[in-house]
Amino acid sequence: MRATVDGNEAAVSVAFRCSEVCCIFPITPSSPMAELADEWSSKGRTNLWGTVPEVVEMQSEGGAAGALHGALQGGALGTTFTASQGLLLMIPNMYKIAGELTSAVMHVAARSLAAQALSIFGDHSDVMAVRQTGFAMLSAASVQEAHDFALVAHAATLETRVPFLHFFDGFRTSHELQTIDTLGDDDVRALISDELVRAHRARALSPARPFIRGTAQNPDIYFQARETVNPFYARVGGVVQGAMDRLGERTGRHYRLVDYSGHPEAERVLVVMGSGGETARETVAFLQSRGERVGVAQVRLYRPFPATELERALPQTVRRVAVLDRTKEPGSLGEPLYLDVMAALSEAHMAGEREALPRVIGGRYGLSSKEFTPGMVAGVFEELAREQPKRRFTIGINDDVSATSLAYDASVDIEPEETVRAVFFGLGSDGTVGANKNTIKILGDAANLHAQGYFVYDSKKSGSQTVSHLRFGPRSIHAPYLVSAASFVGCHQFGLIERSEVLDRAAQGATLLLNCPEDPDRVWDALSRPVQEKILAKQIKLFAIDAGRIAREAGLGRRTNTVLQTCFFAISGVLERDQAITAIKASIEKTYGKRGADVVKRNIEAVDRSLEALHRIAIPDEVSSRLEAPQLVPADAPEFVRTVTAAMMAGHGDQLPVSALPVDGTYPSGTTKYEKRRISDIVAVWDPELCIQCGNCSFVCPHSVIRSRYYEPDRLEGAPDGFRSAELNGAGLPDARYTLQVYVEDCTGCGLCVEACPVSAADEPAHKAINLDALEPLLARERQNISFFERLPVNERTRVDFGTVRGTQFLEPMFEFSGACAGCGETPYVKLLSQLFGDRLTVANATGCSSIYGGNQPTTPWTVNGDGRGPAWSNSLFEDNAEFGLGLRLAADRHTELAHRRLSELRDPVGADLVDEILSAPQVSESELRAQRERIAALQRRLDELDGPAVQDLRSVLDHLLRRSVWIVGGDGWAYDIGSGGLDHVLASGKNVNVLVMDTEVYSNTGGQMSKATPLGAVAKFAAAGKRVPTKDLALQAIAYADVYVARVAFGADPQQTLRAFREAEAYEGPSLIIAYSHCVAHGYDMRDGLGQQYGAVASGHWPLIRYDPVAAADGSNPFLLDSPRPRMSLADYRKGELRFRALAAAKPTEAERLVGLAQQVVDQRWRLYEEMATRGAGEFPSNPRRDA
Amino acid sequence: MDLSTNYLGIALRNPLVASPSPLSYSLDGIRRLADGGVGAIVLFSLFEEQLREEAARTIRLVEETADSFPEALDYFPSVVEEDVGPRAYLVRLQRAVSAVDVPVIASLNGVTPEGWTEYARAMQDAGAAAIELNIYYLPGDLRMSGREVERRHIDVLERVKAAVTVPVAVKLTPYFSSPGEMALSLDRAGADGLVLFNRFLQPDIDPEQLEVLPSVNLSSPADARLARTWIALLRGRVGASLAATSGVEVAADVARYLLAGADVVMTTSALLRHGPAYAAELLEGLTRWMSRKGFEDLDRVRGLLAVPPEADGAEYERAGYVSAMRAANAGAYNPW
Repeated sequence: MRATVDGNEAAVSVAFRCSEVCCIFPITPSSPMAELADEWSSKGRTNLWGTVPEVVEMQSEGGAAGALHGALQGGALGTTFTASQGLLLMIPNMYKIAGELTSAVMHVAARSLAAQALSIFGDHSDVMAVRQTGFAMLSAASVQEAHDFALVAHAATLETRVPFLHFFDGFRTSHELQTIDTLGDDDVRALISDELVRAHRARALSPARPFIRGTAQNPDIYFQARETVNPFYARVGGVVQGAMDRLGERTGRHYRLVDYSGHPEAERVLVVMGSGGETARETVAFLQSRGERVGVAQVRLYRPFPATELERALPQTVRRVAVLDRTKEPGSLGEPLYLDVMAALSEAHMAGEREALPRVIGGRYGLSSKEFTPGMVAGVFEELAREQPKRRFTIGINDDVSATSLAYDASVDIEPEETVRAVFFGLGSDGTVGANKNTIKILGDAANLHAQGYFVYDSKKSGSQTVSHLRFGPRSIHAPYLVSAASFVGCHQFGLIERSEVLDRAAQGATLLLNCPEDPDRVWDALSRPVQEKILAKQIKLFAIDAGRIAREAGLGRRTNTVLQTCFFAISGVLERDQAITAIKASIEKTYGKRGADVVKRNIEAVDRSLEALHRIAIPDEVSSRLEAPQLVPADAPEFVRTVTAAMMAGHGDQLPVSALPVDGTYPSGTTKYEKRRISDIVAVWDPELCIQCGNCSFVCPHSVIRSRYYEPDRLEGAPDGFRSAELNGAGLPDARYTLQVYVEDCTGCGLCVEACPVSAADEPAHKAINLDALEPLLARERQNISFFERLPVNERTRVDFGTVRGTQFLEPMFEFSGACAGCGETPYVKLLSQLFGDRLTVANATGCSSIYGGNQPTTPWTVNGDGRGPAWSNSLFEDNAEFGLGLRLAADRHTELAHRRLSELRDPVGADLVDEILSAPQVSESELRAQRERIAALQRRLDELDGPAVQDLRSVLDHLLRRSVWIVGGDGWAYDIGSGGLDHVLASGKNVNVLVMDTEVYSNTGGQMSKATPLGAVAKFAAAGKRVPTKDLALQAIAYADVYVARVAFGADPQQTLRAFREAEAYEGPSLIIAYSHCVAHGYDMRDGLGQQYGAVASGHWPLIRYDPVAAADGSNPFLLDSPRPRMSLADYRKGELRFRALAAAKPTEAERLVGLAQQVVDQRWRLYEEMATRGAGEFPSNPRRDA
Repeated sequence: MDLSTNYLGIALRNPLVASPSPLSYSLDGIRRLADGGVGAIVLFSLFEEQLREEAARTIRLVEETADSFPEALDYFPSVVEEDVGPRAYLVRLQRAVSAVDVPVIASLNGVTPEGWTEYARAMQDAGAAAIELNIYYLPGDLRMSGREVERRHIDVLERVKAAVTVPVAVKLTPYFSSPGEMALSLDRAGADGLVLFNRFLQPDIDPEQLEVLPSVNLSSPADARLARTWIALLRGRVGASLAATSGVEVAADVARYLLAGADVVMTTSALLRHGPAYAAELLEGLTRWMSRKGFEDLDRVRGLLAVPPEADGAEYERAGYVSAMRAANAGAYNPW
């Protein structure tokens, strides 16, 4: 059977059939394996033995490994799917599982590790970090191999009792779509021995035949006991080869532990593992055909290392070997594969098995999915041919610091002519990727072609750009690298044509399909000069269509996928045109049939209309455009931004040399402002006539694009025409003016501001004081306005009323223009944090959405104020964030103490009055903080006149004299699950840290997996049948400590309460916890309805607003405040609006009713409890031990 | 007193039928209706268009966020995209059928030809005793001709009749140029029953908020006259059962409809106003009235004041009109 699947599906389709228990935790890029297993399990699909495997989502990978260990000791066939940090968290259990000789398989989509930065992309850093655990390691190089080796691993672990780690390259293989030959159940059964399964079961813990395993051993026996396993490891190679041979007999696909291909008398050879081996093998064949005596050894079994097989695989003629490692081990003599190969060959030579010891060099390639291309392979061979090749090298980058990198010819093209190569540039929201996946299915299934698809996404969650790399051909495709020299280029968004990558990837004479809103005769003129030049130089055939118009006319809204897919088939020549159109229509019937005849009809109509509206554009002989490529960043941007950031933005980050990058992962703050993305064609527009200046729109804006300032009227001098200004609506400043400025190029058009606006025009109820309108006509004017607005003075913080939502609009946000989803429900909290405390704020940010929109390159949103002060932000990991934040607090406390001590020591030279004032200054209100800042400035001036070690010391910690605000920020996946233990401990520490949990009630960043915050009855991944357990009450848990300030807030329901909670939490000299309701795309409604849904969550009692203030308790008042009114709508009514709840009501109405009934009970009971708490006497709460001491 | 009745060929314990309302949304409501004593329950309507809209909305929400971000190529388990169609309605129907011992009639508002027939068949499979076609074309379509509207009614009926074996009733609006002819055509096309009349939802306007408010207004006894007039006319002239709906507030209203010739009398508003238990009161009132008037069973009552089969309907109506005018004039102008 043929199927078009990605590597994850290829692997899990075997793993599922061979397992009884899957213990998992979501982590990119392995999550789809776990999700598919869960989906199949929930649909009742069975394994080889008729059992439906149980898929258990744990709180972390550490938990998953523990549960796996238990399941294995219980005798079940167990597996897990993971990557990267997840794999690291499994290490302790991996030692246990291996030490106890337990049959098990872990499937890993290999990924980079977080070092100087996190990266979700593929390399072998993670798997290399577990090579010492005792797991056998089997490396698949392609989607087909991920399928085949999954089976080999499951078969061999049963036979050897050694646990297996089966891995393939993250994204490159895990996410690449390929046409493969699938293994039927009979094939799987043929390799999996029932007898061995029963033997595994027989080794399980059982009271029927009791024994103990997992003892503690003393010096007398531990060592020997550790050596007992050697014979088992000695058998692994043979068993794996045996399984490979049996697989080969059944399928015709033959593998060896080390596969050599190339010249039988090769002189130069590469040794490589993973998908790079495919590229190397194809390149070797190409070079060999040109007469070069080269070869490649692909290592399939990495542990136990097949030294003999490697030695035998390499022809005796080999004189030069380059070992390629896809990992970095700083400080080592060489990377692991290199060391293994070196040792194997040396030993063979020393033992007389190999006459000549080849010269072996080691190099790194492909870290974090860095491309590894035929040109690079050829480059390494060239290096090997040198008289003195570099002993250690890198390939694929320009290392101008340590001179490790090899030069290579990027234009080497080894692909067969029969392979059609196509690239498509689109936006996430336009359906380009979906259409291409569909195209691959059509061609892979219907036309019996071999197809490959690989999709590159950017790291923004809104307005994200996608590039699809597709190949089609009559034979299987072994090209795990991006398409270059494409014969077809689809540019699905007109704006993207200016990206140089679009035409750089086009071959000479390629066909370019451009989605362009212009009439056919005006398309050419709409292109910039550089684009025209490239089209002429490459003799590109240009076709254009106004796909947006066709889609609209056919009733498809903004989804242009059907239109553009049709055009691809019409002009690419992959299939005969008529055959292609028939295939598309058949696919439409299949895909949309269930959605009703009208949907099918609209899409079919779109196909026909597309063919009519597609035009070949005549290309003049010469460039006629005067349009220049748009400038990416302003000329006055900082140098780093102009040289490094801009290169990344332009898609040229691969060309940045090592010297361009910071050595320790430190990057400048506030770079999103240089990336004007203009992702929405409708933007917020202010109506000063109607506006009551309440600040609501600014408060809720997730992207910080709505800014307000008030100023003296004479500041308006020189204002551009069309600059909007109104009388300030406030007491005490009679003549002052007010301007609300929208940063239109950064606006995502989410509409939350419009929903938050409380006023409407009398004659036009739909017209608010802020509205969405077309960007294009406003753009030039608003650019001038913004520029003028920025010259208005920033409002003095001491004159702003921090206590009101209205007041906060005048505080500078120091978090702006992030790449979060349009209408994000988290970022308004983050922005508020930056406005209230930004200039003395340190943030520890858990991995997740907030670390990605907060810290993903190329540009980051945490920024600085006019004085150059601003939030100091860092992300450590996912699981350790509370502890990381506590560490920041501990450091701050020590340094504050040091500063106080040194300052006291310098009392005389500095001046007693100043020192005493600084040391005793209250620092809660903004005016107190300002006074302290002024004192510190005075101190600094004083210190400038002094010298000595104490002075230098004091200078180094001077800033700690200002009250530092430490915030620990993350999502519910962190707070409720993976970081729960740490969070609990930090809350119990009594230290002055502030925890902000942005609770979306689901893992948002990895795509909607259930967390312990997911509500009872909600549908999520791993809770496809609706979550069966109520949410834990994190607030009550924290309240139990008595000295933790706790608040549950929802800015969309009560922004004033949110504001109050933030300020109280920060002012409290102890641990604080704010649990903040955050609407999210994973809830399933238009994000514009986010505020309304937040209101519903509160009004139904799903999310009661509370505060618990230990300070009040100390004052003898009831510390527990219930801030929201008694529920006034049913939970069912609130839930109607959200797909996560609605889906269950539609699919399983009885269960949905049962669960919503139970959830309503929980809500009612909790409400009664809260009401009781809110009316208790203060004495009925536990006293705060620290405060009472 | 024997109140047993036959409607659509189904034996009912009495002629009072609960028509579609929010009371039938929950199993509890359905039980309360049956406990209140009604002879049959018509379940709330299944709206095909609503199902399609919801499905389209789901797909849009799923697609809008899909394939955009490398860590989250989608946000929902694939179960949310499954075309669940009328599953929720059918489950409710099934549960209603097994929860109560009175016949449960399903009400269907379709859009597409397949929607009408597939959903009707599914309703039959789920145990519906009969199907009431709630044919409700938007009156807002200003271009649709009267004939077209009529033809659609016949089409839908014929399709559904061909698809199911349970009886099929058609709920009509009064807004045909000739409701009588329409009724006869439906009768000829195989309608097992005619329900007179459907009421259009008439939106309200909020002068403060300057908004159009979608609103459902409960009927009042005055609304009953139109249906009564047509039932009186159709009695004996069609083979289909006749169901009266609108304007039943007190037992006398039930009696009035029966006298006009209705086989069954449906009520929503009274039960919504006073609760499902109010059905018992209506039935008691009906019984008291029958005893007082000496009627032993409903056959004596039903159609007693219908237009006699031999009479010319138009003449009868005109006569009624003339005498009504006379009475009105007498009241208005007679100074003595």
